[in-house]
Amino acid sequence: MTMRWDVVMAIVAMGVVTYLCRAGGYAVLRAVPTPPFIDALLRNLPAPLFAAYVALALSKQDLAATLASIPCAAAHARWGNFGLSIVVGVGAIALLRWAGM
Amino acid sequence: MAALAERRMVPTSPSAYTAGMRITFTMDGILRGVRRGVPLLLGIAPFGAVVGVIALGKGLTLAETLLMSALVFAGASQLLALELWTNPPDILAVAVAALVVNIRMVPIGAALSFWLDHLRGWRLWGSLFVTVDHSFALSVAENRAGGRDAGFLFGLGVFTWFGWLIFTGVGHVMGSVVALPPDHPLFFAATASFVGILVALWRSPRKDVPPWILAAATALGTQALHLPAPVPLLAGAFSGALLAAWQETRGTRA
Repeated sequence: MTMRWDVVMAIVAMGVVTYLCRAGGYAVLRAVPTPPFIDALLRNLPAPLFAAYVALALSKQDLAATLASIPCAAAHARWGNFGLSIVVGVGAIALLRWAGM
Repeated sequence: MAALAERRMVPTSPSAYTAGMRITFTMDGILRGVRRGVPLLLGIAPFGAVVGVIALGKGLTLAETLLMSALVFAGASQLLALELWTNPPDILAVAVAALVVNIRMVPIGAALSFWLDHLRGWRLWGSLFVTVDHSFALSVAENRAGGRDAGFLFGLGVFTWFGWLIFTGVGHVMGSVVALPPDHPLFFAATASFVGILVALWRSPRKDVPPWILAAATALGTQALHLPAPVPLLAGAFSGALLAAWQETRGTRA
């Protein structure tokens, strides 16, 4: 369990920068009143963020991944249980890979 | 627990009362967040293990790996920094890597103001410290479903923080044992958790289909231009959010 000072410095620098990203945007917008459109923009950010995540993740994987997302999404729409949806997704891709995809 | 719940939990503006929006921060909310986080561990585990294995490969000790996971707690930026890792480390290069990848979190904190505006001290700054994309999206879903307990965000964040620490540590300790092939079905767990979160944010075809398609198309189009890592994600997220915000405010202006 050893730590080198230069490695610790690099990690602390990463940590500080990351926390400024996490807290900075909020701190600024708390101090400055936001117009309604910016409010609406921020309220509507999560779904497009994850739509972009999913599109980018699937674009870097094979067709099996895209196909496996369908039962995964269907399972979540039906039961709303994250554990089950993830198991269904991983199970579907395992099955597709086993079938030769 | 009452002390935890009652201090400074008063909404900042009087209108918040009239809107029926009294925000609390209770142990019940924290535990609710923890329970929501349990299944997400399935998605976090393989990613964390990969980061641990790569940290081992780059010569980081277990303590250094755990310190990085604890202080940074952002998988993609840790992966990028480890890609750039040298011995001795280039402090500026890894800090810039963290900035470039984590700049996407700047609007995330601001977008959680519906709860954060009612918090002070460690509840506010601690919640921000453990906020990641998952806890952000699920907190928005929770708020839309009528959830008014900001402990949810904190509980979910702290739980996934512990999970991240444990799984990067496991990856480091297991080393080559968890060196699975890149197309192993387990790695799909991270994508599957994104898909689940996206479905959880679904409202209606009219509200969601246009911004989601625009977000995905913009992300893919920007990626095709070979722009650096966070650009396609940010471009996609903001184009979709702009369209959704325009759809929403157009109605109120008319």
